[in-house]
Parts: sequence; C-alpha cells; structure tokens
Amino acid sequence: MANHAINPVLAELRERIGQLEGGPQRARQVLPFGVAQIDRALPGGGLLFGALHEIAGGGGGTVDGAAAALFVAGVAARTPGRVLWCMTRPDLFFPSVSQAGLHPDRVVFCESDREEEVLSAMEEGLSFGGLAAVVGELVRLPMNASRRLQLAAEKTGAMAIVLRRWRRQNEASDYGQPTASTTRWRISTLPSQRLPVAGVGRARWLAELMRVKAGECAEFEIGAPDAKGRICLLPTAVDRADQTARWRSLAG
Amino acid sequence: MPADKPLVVIARSGSKRWICAADQSALKLGLRIGTAASKAQAMVADLLMVDAAPAEDAAALERLALWALRQYSPVVALDGADGLVMDIEGADHLHGGEARLISGLVNRLRGHGLTARAAVADTWGAAHALARVLAAETTVVPVGEVKRAVADLPILALRLPAEIVKGLRVLGIDTVGQLSAMARAPLTLRFGPEPARRLDQMFGRLAEPIEPIRTPELVEVAKNFAEPIGAPETIARYVRGLVGQLSARLAQNGLGARRCDLFIHRVDNTRQHLRAGLAKPVRDPQRLSKLLCERIETIEPGFGIERMALVAVLAEPLEERQVASTLIEEAVADITPLVDILGNRGHRLFRVAPVASDVPERSVRRIAATAPDIGEAWPVKWPRPTRLLANPERIEVIALLPDQPPAVFTWRGKRRKVVRADGPERIFGEWWLRPREFQAVRDYFVVEDELGERYWVYRAGDGIDPQTGSHLWFVHGVFA
Repeated sequence: MANHAINPVLAELRERIGQLEGGPQRARQVLPFGVAQIDRALPGGGLLFGALHEIAGGGGGTVDGAAAALFVAGVAARTPGRVLWCMTRPDLFFPSVSQAGLHPDRVVFCESDREEEVLSAMEEGLSFGGLAAVVGELVRLPMNASRRLQLAAEKTGAMAIVLRRWRRQNEASDYGQPTASTTRWRISTLPSQRLPVAGVGRARWLAELMRVKAGECAEFEIGAPDAKGRICLLPTAVDRADQTARWRSLAG
Repeated sequence: MPADKPLVVIARSGSKRWICAADQSALKLGLRIGTAASKAQAMVADLLMVDAAPAEDAAALERLALWALRQYSPVVALDGADGLVMDIEGADHLHGGEARLISGLVNRLRGHGLTARAAVADTWGAAHALARVLAAETTVVPVGEVKRAVADLPILALRLPAEIVKGLRVLGIDTVGQLSAMARAPLTLRFGPEPARRLDQMFGRLAEPIEPIRTPELVEVAKNFAEPIGAPETIARYVRGLVGQLSARLAQNGLGARRCDLFIHRVDNTRQHLRAGLAKPVRDPQRLSKLLCERIETIEPGFGIERMALVAVLAEPLEERQVASTLIEEAVADITPLVDILGNRGHRLFRVAPVASDVPERSVRRIAATAPDIGEAWPVKWPRPTRLLANPERIEVIALLPDQPPAVFTWRGKRRKVVRADGPERIFGEWWLRPREFQAVRDYFVVEDELGERYWVYRAGDGIDPQTGSHLWFVHGVFA
C-alpha cells in the first residue's frame, strides 16, 4: 500500500494494466505480518494469498531448514483454515510448531517418496480449494514447476509456500536461480535475544527478503514467532559485540 | 483350552490317525507332522489332541479370503487348503507399497492369533513356494528376480503330485534350480507334462490366472464390448458410465463405496485391475470416476479390452445428511476428496496428535488424515526443537559434570563453541510402561553456538550414577 501511496501515477497505471490483463477478478487478499516495516516492503501490505512464496534457511539452516520451517509455521498459523504440508523427510517436530500457534488438527501431512511427487501433491492441494495454505519442502524448484504452482494458487486463492531445503550446504547456490515465486525469503539464525541472566532468550533471525515482485529487497532482524505465530522486529545489532564480550568474561 | 500344554490336531482316514498340525511346544517335544497319534501319545504324557475339521478349516479360510478381498486386493483366491493367493498389483499403493502391505498383513493376522508367512513375487508359483519354504515371515522378491530367488528351493514347493516328487528325488534332483536345468524332453517322457508346466508357471512363462472369490452381496456392474476398445478417452468414457451405474445401485441400497475395483478383461484373455480406496464412504459419481480415470494411463489395453467390470468391494452405509447453512460462519471445507486423490497416488497422508509422554520421540503419533479433531495440543511450554533427528547423533563434548551444559561440542565433524545454554531439563524413562527404563535418565540442554545456531543436546544419564545411563552426549534436535 505504501508504494501506491507514494506514487499515485504508478498505482493508476498498475490498475489499468491489471484490467487489461484480465487477471484474477476478485480482490487479492494479503496476510500482513503485523509489523509495519515488513508490511511496507511487501506490495499489498503482506504476503499475498493465491501466490507462491519461497523460503529457505541460511547457514546450517540450508540443510535442516529449522528456522525456515518455524517461520512458515508462523505464517500458516495466522491463515484461516487447513494447511497441507508436503515433504519427503518427515522430521518436523510438531510440539515446536504448535508452540508457534499452529494447531495439529489444522495440518494434514503428505509424505511422498520422491521430489516430483511433492510437487504434484502441492499442485493438487492448491487446485483443490478449501485449504488456506499448502507448504512443500523441496530441494529443487525448476521454473516450470514454480509456474505451475503459481497458476494453481492463483486459481483458488490458497497460499503456496515452498520451503527450500538442500542435501548439502554448498548446493544452496541454487537459490539464485529464477522462479515464478512472488516473494523469496532467506531466514538465518542470529544470536538469541539477550537476557539479564545466563540462558537462551527468544530466537532472533535475519529475514532477508531477497526478491519480491513489484517491490524492493529488504532485510529485517526479527524475533521468532510467539504463541500466536506473530513475529516482531528485534534489531539489537548494537549490543552484539557487547554480549560476546560479556560471555568471554564469564567463560574466562 | 489350557495354553501351556502341547496341542496337536489329529487327522483320520479309516482307522489310521496321525498328526496334521502341531503347535510350537509340541514341535519342541519332537512331535512332527505325520507322526502316528498313538506314537505321539506314547511320547508325550499330557498331550492335548483335537480332531481335525477340514470343512470348518475351509470355511474359516474362505472367511479370511473375503476379509483380505475387502482390505488388501481385488483378486483373492484360496491357494490349496492352507493358503491364500492375492494379486496385489494396482492395490499395494493404498498400503504404502508391497513390503508394508505384507508386513502389515502378517502383523494383523498375528493380532488375531494366527501365524502367517507371506511372500510377494512375480508369479503365483514363486510366491506359493517362497511363503511355504522360507522361514522368514515376509519375503519380497523384486521384479525380475524370481529365477534367482527360487533356485535353491526344494522341489516339494512346486505343487507337484507326491509320486512325481518322489521319482525326481530318486533321480537325485532336489532343488528347483536343478530341475529347471534339465532337458525337457526326457523329463516329460518320464513324468508327463506336469513338472514342465509347474516350472513354466513359476517362472512366468505360462500364464496362471487367479480366479477371484466373490460373494453375492458385492455390488457389481459390468460392460461387454462388441468391438474391443483401447483408446484412453474411450476407456474413460465407459469408466464414467460404469461409475454412474454403480452409484445408482449403491444409492438403492443406501451404501457408499470405501473401495472400488475396476477389472479390465483383454481380448487375449489376460486381466488387469485397479483399486481405488476412499477415506469415507462415497457414492458421488464425479469423485469416484476422477479417482479411477486418473490411473487409466497405467492400463495397457494391448489388443483391446472386451469387458470392464466395476465392483464396490467394500461398501458402508451412507445416509443423506441435511446441512444447515449459516450466513455468518464460513463452513470449514471438507478435505476428504483431496485425501482420497492423494492417497490413491501413493502418498502417505496423516495428521499428528499428542501423546502423554515426556520422551520427545514418543510424544507424537500419527493419526488418519480424516480422523475427527483431537482438540488438544502439547501442553509443554518448554522449548522444543523444530527438527527432531530420527536417531540421536553422538557428539564429542567438553562439559563439567554433573549439571553444566557443554562448553564445546563436535557434531558432524564441526567443532562448535557454546556461547549460551539452558538446562538441564531432566526426562525420566517410562518405567511404568517399560521396566528396562526403570533408572534411565536424559538431561536435555538447549545450547547456542557463536553463529546463533541452537541445538538440543542431551546426556544419557544424570552425570553421577552410571546406572542411569552411559553418560554419552547426543544431539537430538535443531532449534529454529
């Protein structure tokens, strides 16, 4: 919305192009994060329903995809309706996901033997309608496959989320390849929120918005989803050096 | 019937009485199938003897076959007096593949107190022999491997008459491999065509169709074609027609189909079948035909199809229900059709539900995707990792015992310095369920390394008493 407000001429042009293209007739719904800075960076003011979003982890998260999975769970928790979660490696530990506000009754898992079957299951789930979001854990996402998912999502208005998860960390360079996704995120872990006592605080992530259609890339330091799946901004870059120094003194 | 006494079943023919079946404890005492009843009585003092009832056995086997027909495969038949044969092609995907299907079958039979052995092979003959000869409970022979798998089996497994087996033994032939290496002509001259025929059936050179059992209460519709058909569009059209007839018949009886079998008879007298499973009873023609038409590409029409039959092999009562519509609430969409579509493609669909257990790997169970809502989630507020490793992985650790978190640990060849940690969270073994875990303890720690990556590590044991565990350290999960 912010982009539109800044330049009314552009907004009008966009609207006219949209009419010419005769795209989806109904108003596209969005799922705002509830954090003003992040929502401002996304056209429409949030993650679009009926669109494909790509999310991957950074560092060790490229292989385990833990932070990315919890980020997805936080998004899915705030959607209304059921969620289909397709994967080949069933290692998601649901007690953690349910702490992010996603109730186990809302999630149907679909375990497949091969990657291509995950894609077909996702497409079937998206074109079924009646699901709020369809999540798929994938290694590869070719352009054609992503376009099919995007089209299937557009038709029913379900949110398609691809969680990219590689076998090895160096394979993650594949993430630069173009796909038809509307947004592309990378979630990497940061040292957790500082506590006044020794211990591990709320998890903090660096959420990089690497690509967004009709928008600009951005980076946010966010806190992991709370019990309702809401993230928040936690920019504490200032005291990071200070923290390690404190720990060095404790250790020494 | 006391369970601790050895039990044998006695068959009789005229005045001759012999053992035709014996339980484990009787076999241990040296009783064998074929021992005379009087001799057995002399050998074992308190032997329980039951008269054989072949007619009742056959009836029980037939009941079992009908059960298997509903549960496992569209083509089930009796195989001799002691076995069942099923054609599971086109039906195993509903059970997660061949190996899962037969291990599940054997386990379910065990649950009913039956000892069973099962084998999957390319041909009826091979599966028959493997199930009866091998000691393993389940055997799966990969496609095309039959020749190697049966080479060492005794010729007794070939379903030959007893005198032919005896004659072959006289010639020094004991195994299927030896028999198949022999020249055909002299073999046929001496023993007739039977050995060669059985060998060909075993190796799949001779077709051996299974004539499936049927009961009158199955709802079945069929279509014969004057001219054989073959094009996928034509097949799809007739499948839709058959589904329409079937749902009309189901509606008459107030039933809905849970499993549907499509039989395709080809002009060259071979048969193919497809099975579609449904999570809940359905008689909506569109949904049923979508499930069947999706798999038309797996049908090989060959020279043409002359007959198609559609059977609702498992049908359950389906009542029409009135649904109140409200303007305020948006009804939650029923996902059963999606579950059916994906399930019939061989995906495993499930939901997870909490289990009251502190041990992390036991705190989650899988339930059916269409099960009613559980309503509750995990009550723990302790931090739990997003990814749980299937098997905890050993790590090398430097830590102060008994209750300090590790200072440094090495996992997957990478040394990580622990910057922050929380714990321990002590989890005790469930001695009320598993007596071996009476003293077992795990101490879990949340550790964070310099990059901010968080792991769930635990020490087996409480750090003081070696009885409680090995004091080795493991990574069990990765936090987000």
